[in-house]
Amino acid sequence: MSGPFLTDRTTASTSAPDGEAVLRVRDASLGFGDRTLWRGLDLAVRPGEFVAVLGPNGSGKTSFLRAVLGQQRLDSGVIELQDRPVRRGDRRIGYIPQQKLIGPGTPMRARDLVGLGVDGHRFGIPVRRRADRERVERLIDAVGARRYANDPVGSLSGGEQQRLRVAQALADDPVLLLCDEPLLSLDLQHQRGVSELIDARRREHGNAVVFVTHDVNPVLDLVDRVLYLAGGRFRAGTPEEVLRSDVLTELYGTPVEVFDVGGRIVVAGIPDAQTHHHHEHRHDHDGAGQERDA
Amino acid sequence: MIAMAADGDLWSQLFNFANYGELLVLLQNSIIAGAVLGVIGGLIGVFVMQRDMAFAVHGISELSFAGAAVALLVGMDVVLGSILGSLAAAVLIGVLGAKARDRNSIIAVLMPFGLGLGILCLALYPGRSANKFGLLTGQIVAVDNPQLGWLLGIGVVVAVGLLLIWRPLTFDSLDPDVAAARGVPGRAVSIAFMVLLGLAVAISVQIVGALLVLSLLVTPAAAAIRLSASPVVVPILSVLFALASVVGGILLALGGSVPISPYVTTISFAIYGVCRLVEVARRGRRRAVAAA
Repeated sequence: MSGPFLTDRTTASTSAPDGEAVLRVRDASLGFGDRTLWRGLDLAVRPGEFVAVLGPNGSGKTSFLRAVLGQQRLDSGVIELQDRPVRRGDRRIGYIPQQKLIGPGTPMRARDLVGLGVDGHRFGIPVRRRADRERVERLIDAVGARRYANDPVGSLSGGEQQRLRVAQALADDPVLLLCDEPLLSLDLQHQRGVSELIDARRREHGNAVVFVTHDVNPVLDLVDRVLYLAGGRFRAGTPEEVLRSDVLTELYGTPVEVFDVGGRIVVAGIPDAQTHHHHEHRHDHDGAGQERDA
Repeated sequence: MIAMAADGDLWSQLFNFANYGELLVLLQNSIIAGAVLGVIGGLIGVFVMQRDMAFAVHGISELSFAGAAVALLVGMDVVLGSILGSLAAAVLIGVLGAKARDRNSIIAVLMPFGLGLGILCLALYPGRSANKFGLLTGQIVAVDNPQLGWLLGIGVVVAVGLLLIWRPLTFDSLDPDVAAARGVPGRAVSIAFMVLLGLAVAISVQIVGALLVLSLLVTPAAAAIRLSASPVVVPILSVLFALASVVGGILLALGGSVPISPYVTTISFAIYGVCRLVEVARRGRRRAVAAA
């Protein structure tokens, strides 16, 4: 794919021809009170594409994700999954949440956590069908969790739990994997493991990945495109096109420097105001500061 | 000599197995009611633990007490009054307290109001004082047949209801965000759970009293979780522990002249204590194995 990935309100252009995109955002706007999170947002995500959603705290990353999940109404515009407007609880989307450690005393083993992805939404007498049991086994193998499949979830490390959450999200062969800071509070080795798992899956199964993160570095070499949200505006394009001093300076409306420090991208000079006065009602992710990772 | 006689008195107040067979027949309805309560208390307790709602159980039971006290005063059926009080509290807590933080403050607001209302009604009630205390601390009521019918009916509703929403409720209890993204109607499931919890509390109040409901709806599940992490074993153990507590409590209390609740709470507490000891012992053994 080539072409002008750089899009904004005035030069709206989707990057994929109609019919090819898994997820398509058209002229979407959202704000809370008098504050605009983003306006005129256009984005098309192709099968197998890995798109990172970046931006400072309060820029609407989490709200974007909730909108894709159908849990947040847009002020205007539309988000479509395979050409139909998104709706709540759509099982074509696999959702990987932030790592929240499951404590001991949760009556659940690793395989049961995976099983929730397979039939956790089903009402009725809780007896698992044979086909579903086999599906659970395949998912456990797919994420390399065989060794601890029968261990209590509460006894596993954050990284192991997160692998199980990936398995849970893959249950219905989703066309879109939606990840909300899935690497948060994992150590480097597990960050690597989980992001490679997500990357391998999209290469083999052709599902799109939308990956919300405050730090692009752990997935920088996997990312096809980034969507950068800031100050009520956005930029979309390849990392080379967007993570540049001139582009981010224009986006933030204030001088911002992007440094490449040994392969890591560091953004300096993000205005402090961006990290305060946010009225998003959902938790946003911490890690503010004048100098921060992109 | 005198001390010994006093001891003997106390003992026969606590445990008296004279005419046990006749009493057993007389109170067989209570025992059946207790067994039903054990089953649903053990089952629903697993979710009370997972959803961190022990405080909500306590709050609901105080409003259940208020409902029963109002019913007693105006001459309505006490069980019905307690069910209405329970359901009102459960639904209020469910609707207003979707978030954990809101929930605790709502319960804290509701609970003293319910207790106060209940105490007012009892103070105004001209009848026997045994009835009054029974609502708070439990009683061996000679459960009559229509009442037993009520309890059984509600027990079946709660057990079947729980089974039907078991998986979505488990998912929602563990991870509401992911569950919603995967198609679980979280709000509907939560409200359904609160209604079932309200019903379970209402029948518990009849047997162990409003102040001691936790001993059946929380303690057995808390004990079971100490022993296993299997989603099948934990509910089974929890039901067994609750059954042992309530049926065992009734059987021990039969001949004595004190209320049933101290027996139930003591057995349930003892089971919990043993489970914790077993857990500690197991962990020690695992560490020894790991070190070896």
